[in-house]
This record gives sequence, structure tokens and C-alpha cells, in this order.
Amino acid sequence: MNDVRNKSIAARSEIFSDLKRNLDIGDEKAREKRVRERLSNPPRNLIPERANIPHSEQIALFREQIEAVSATVEQVAAAADVPAALASFLRDNNLPSRLRLGSDEALNALPWNKTPNVDVQTGRAVPEDAVSLSRAFKAVAETGTLILLSGADNPTTLNFLPDTHIVVVSAKDVVGTYEEAWTHLRETQGKGSMPRALNMISGPSRTADVEQTIQLGAHGPRQQHIIIVDDL
Amino acid sequence: MEIRSPQFKNNAREALVDENLQSALGKMRTGFTSKRAEARARLPEFDDLRDQARDIKDHTLAHLDLYYEAYEEKVTAAGGHVHWARTAGDARDIILQICQDENAKLVTKGKSMIAEEVALNDHLEEAGMEVAETDLGEYIIQLRQEPPSHIIAPAVHLTRSQVEKSFRKSHTHLADDRNLDEVSSLVNEARQVLRQKYIDADVGITGANFLIAETGTSIIVTNEGNGDLTQTLPRVHIVLTSLEKMVPTLEDVSTILRVLARSATGQEFSTYTTLSTGPRREDDPDGPEEYHVVVLDNGRSAMIGSEFQDMLRCIRCGACINHCPVYHAIGGHSYGWVYPGPMGSVLTPTLVGIDKAGHLPNASTFCGRCEAVCPMRIPLPKMMRHWREREFERHLTPKLSRTALGFWAFLAKRPALYHLSNSVLVRLLRVLAFGRGAIGSLPLASGWTRHRDLPAPERNTFQELWRSGGYE
Ligand code: SF4
Repeated sequence: MNDVRNKSIAARSEIFSDLKRNLDIGDEKAREKRVRERLSNPPRNLIPERANIPHSEQIALFREQIEAVSATVEQVAAAADVPAALASFLRDNNLPSRLRLGSDEALNALPWNKTPNVDVQTGRAVPEDAVSLSRAFKAVAETGTLILLSGADNPTTLNFLPDTHIVVVSAKDVVGTYEEAWTHLRETQGKGSMPRALNMISGPSRTADVEQTIQLGAHGPRQQHIIIVDDL
Repeated sequence: MEIRSPQFKNNAREALVDENLQSALGKMRTGFTSKRAEARARLPEFDDLRDQARDIKDHTLAHLDLYYEAYEEKVTAAGGHVHWARTAGDARDIILQICQDENAKLVTKGKSMIAEEVALNDHLEEAGMEVAETDLGEYIIQLRQEPPSHIIAPAVHLTRSQVEKSFRKSHTHLADDRNLDEVSSLVNEARQVLRQKYIDADVGITGANFLIAETGTSIIVTNEGNGDLTQTLPRVHIVLTSLEKMVPTLEDVSTILRVLARSATGQEFSTYTTLSTGPRREDDPDGPEEYHVVVLDNGRSAMIGSEFQDMLRCIRCGACINHCPVYHAIGGHSYGWVYPGPMGSVLTPTLVGIDKAGHLPNASTFCGRCEAVCPMRIPLPKMMRHWREREFERHLTPKLSRTALGFWAFLAKRPALYHLSNSVLVRLLRVLAFGRGAIGSLPLASGWTRHRDLPAPERNTFQELWRSGGYE
């Protein structure tokens, strides 16, 4: 490894000195200040007007956008309604009644005992899992995009391994734009910090690699179902 | 990857008479362009976003050393490792070393053009490892031992029945009489075959569409989810990336993401956009335990400050390729290396040398569509002209083209005369078509007209149409 590591260190200094030589550096202090400021206080660029609408319409826009890419969406009034909604989704789609979820507090606090036919298991996904349940950090209206954060609450494997991925999102977590999500992210994670993985997901997995024919379920989930909860 | 660009003319000649290729290309000529146009029409701010995307990248390149310092600090703080590679060979060695330290037997790979650029698979296979491509298009061409023919649709040159044949030949453990008539059955079969690879892999390698300085993050953008399984399940994740992928902040990458998918496939957003920062955290039940980023230079630092710097804004969306009439005619393999189409004609000579890729900048009609659709507003025709001029100065072109090029350069520097001569030429060609839509033979261009009719030009030149607003 040492030889390779030394080479990497040498390459680094060569690349940096090439960059400094080829760049029109001018006032170095001013450059450093520009970079520092942009990183510590990221300015917002142009934001499309599309999602600049009342919150209820943002929810409708989110739905419309993600349904357009083959996800299914339902909206329930209360958290307590989720297990029953889930049970009927599983039944209607002839899916097994075993469900994998992480240690997300809100999801685990749901009244699962009211749907004894749904068997809930916690932990990361394993290859045998057919159905998983996650809670989204945010849902972005402008393009119908869920944002999920890695960790014990909602392990990343839940998003990719099972054939069916069900995502619960609180209505208050539907935002208009990516930028709004980043603002919330910095509030919860701390400035400049990220979870190990942040997944932005719009619909089930797809490919168009054979004759540009769109086909769902390439490697990730074949099916994505979203439950928006008014009161969670 | 072996460089076959010097044989460009031969490659192109063969491509024009390849029936499978022409049938496969027929489908891509209209699909991508209309989807992009629709996506653009749905977002009124699209062109303004392109201006901002360009400005963000220009700003980043002007401060690239500083952003890398900030980025590296963040990656290290998150427990990841950044490695630097001056050449393709250095990148291969670094990755091989990481794999060997892991005693890797099976390596899965998400789609990475940089991996193609450094010919990574051969290197790992020579060292005795199995390398499994997991992107469906990449998987298909790996089975066929072919290079990709498009940067976002690597198997776009193949028909469904060619893919079926390859699957039957390779997946010998499956029943001979299985039905593979539908695209869905091919996709399902690949899904099943690759599932076990993700699970068994020791190391997962992906590319990166972007790096974020603010957070020390690498980003992949995919539709299949293969990249995510590749990077989440093995113990080690290696990100292979190149110097120009940097953006400052989450806000900046959001702006560029808004133009990326729309330009590439006409999607509002790709299915999966994944932001990765370091290895598995203490309370993480999944994710890789090691996270390495290999940053490749391979001639890019020398492009900074040169007339080719603008090319470093490229986000590999493929729009210039999807809209290129030359690519539509000959496909990607003719270009002879990793990057085809207009972006390849500019990039390949900078990366492999003008002596090997000098033909490529000539593979252009200078219609200007590539620049018109490029989300990063890269002046591709201008840079192809730079290469033509350089090549001309080096006297690498045969005498006939040199004379013609000299004449062309004379005209090109005199726009009024150029447009006039083009209009005259358009009218002349229409006369030659004798009122039909096509010209059966053309003096001095029999290489083209032997195999096909040259379509008679429409009444106006592209430039005339452009000015009258008839295009875009
Ligand atoms: S040159 Fe422009 S259009 Fe072509 S791939 Fe790069 S960003 Fe896309």
C-alpha cells in the first residue's frame, strides 16, 4: 500500500500546483473569502416558481408528480389509520403480510396491534424481505421526490432491496423545493453535516436500456407506495 | 480501453451499412430529442437555470483548488479517504490495491465513464478478480465484450433480439426454451442474475456525478437503483471520479440537477439521486464500512486556463450526443474511444492526444445543435474549431482535406460570406435533387452516397431557420 499511497500524495501536490499555476489567481485573499462565504452561507440560486403555491397545493403537486412516474399515493387523516391502510394495500396487491421497518419512533408507535395479520419485523432489510416501510424526511413537491436519511431509524437497504417499498410521509414534511429541504436538513444535522446516505427517490426503479423501452423494477423496488399522513 | 479513433473513417463507413446498428439508432433519433423538448417546455425557468448552472461551474473551476481543500477536509472528518491519481494507470493501481487489501474476489460496479476511461475492469480481472457490471446497459455490453456506445445509454446500439441472443449465450444455467420475447423478460432475467452478485460482492465501485465541497459528499444519479445496491451492500465502497466533478454547495448542486435529467432523458428528476458522505456511522445498521474516493486528473488540470477549460463544465448528460446528426448516422463506436458525439470530439483529443483523435473534430456538420441544447452552455462547435485549427497547423490531415479546410476556415472567419455560401450550396443541392427529396449521387462524396441517398436540404440553412426561430 505504501508505494501507492506515496504516489497519491505526490499526485495531490502536483495537481494542486498545476491548478494554482493554470488558474488566474490574482488576489488570493479575495478568492479565499469568496469560497469561505459561499460554503458557510450557501446562497440560493434561481428557484422555479412551480412550487411557490399554498401548502395544500404543494401536496397535490407532489402527488401529481410522483404518480406520473408510477408511484401510488394515498392520504390518510391520522397516524392511527396507517396500519389499516397498509394492511389493505398489501391485501389488494396480493403481497405477503410481513413488513420490514427500522427503529423509527413514529412508525413503531403506530397501533400495529390493531392489524394482527400484519407481521412487523425491525432492522435493516435482508434479501428475503419482500416489503419494506420507511418514513421520509421530506417530500419535495416540485418534482415529486422523497428524501430519506440513512441510520437505524430508516436503514438505506429498506429503500433498495425489497420488491415493494412503502413510504410514510407526514403532510407537514411536504415542502415545495429542494432548497427548503436543505434548510431543514441543516437544522436537524447541523451545518455542513450529512447522514451517511441521503436518498432522493422519485418512483420505483426503472430502466430504458433495451431499445429505450421503459421497464419498471430494474434492480430496486418494482413498486412504490406512499402514504401521506395529515396528522403525524 | 483501446483507442480506435484513428480508424474513425473506416469505423464510420462500417457503421453506415450495419443494419442492426441503423435499426437501433433509428429509435434514438427522435425519442431523446422530443422528451427533452417537452421537459424544457414544462419548466419556464429552464434556460435561465442553464445560465446559472454555467456560472456555478465557472465559479467552481476558478476556485477549484480551494474547494478541493474544503472537500477533502470534510471527507476525512466523516471517516472517508481521498486518493489522488495523476494518470489512468495510477487510478487503476490505487483501486487494485484497495481491492487486494480487502482480499476481494467479486467486485460489483455501477456505471462509471471514468472506469471506462481508465480501463478498470481489465486491470482487476487480470489480477484474478471477477468484475460484475450492474447497470443493465453496461451488463449487456460486458457480456458482449463491447465498449459503451453512449455515455448515458451504453447499449443503445443494440436491438432487443441482439440482447436476447447474448443472454441465451451467457445464462446457460437457465432453461433453453424460456420466453425472452419481451423487454420485460430480459430486464427480469438480468435482475435475477445480478441480485446474488450484489449480495456476494466484497467491494462496490461507483462513479460520481458530483462532489459537494460544503459537506464532503459524492453523488450518483441513476434510474435503476443498481448503483445504490452496489455501494450499500459490500464492506468497501470506492468512488472513482474526476477532477471537474466539484460543486460548492447543496444549493448549487440542486440548480444543476434541475437541468441534468431534463436534458438527458427528459425526466423531471432521475429516479435515484444519492448523496453519500463517508462510511457507515456508529448506529448505522447498513452501508459500507470503508469509503474511498479516487480523484482522477488525467490531463484535466492542464485544461484549466486553456481554450478547452469550458469543457470541464460538462455534466455528462448526453444531450449533445442525442441531438447530433453525425452520431445519429454512425453511432458511438465509430468515435473509437470512451466519449462519443460532440462532447467526445472535444474531450477525446485532450485526453488521448490530437495525434490519435485528430479525426474526431471533423466529425461535425457544425449545425450547432449540440451547443443549443447543452445545459452547461459549452461552446462545443467553437472548441471543435480550435482542434481543427490545431490539427491543421500540425499538418496531420491529408492534402485534399487540408485544402478544403483552408477554404472552410477562410469562410468560417467571414460569417457573412459563410452564410451566403451555405445558402448558395443549399440551393445548388436542391437543384441536384431534381425536385426529389434525396440526391442519389454526388461528385466527390461518393463515399457517402454509395450507401445512401443524401437527403436534399430543406429550403433554408440551419442558421437561417435558427434566426427565424424555427428551431428550439
Ligand atoms: S457537453 Fe453539454 S450536452 Fe454534452 S454531455 Fe456535456 S453537458 Fe451534456
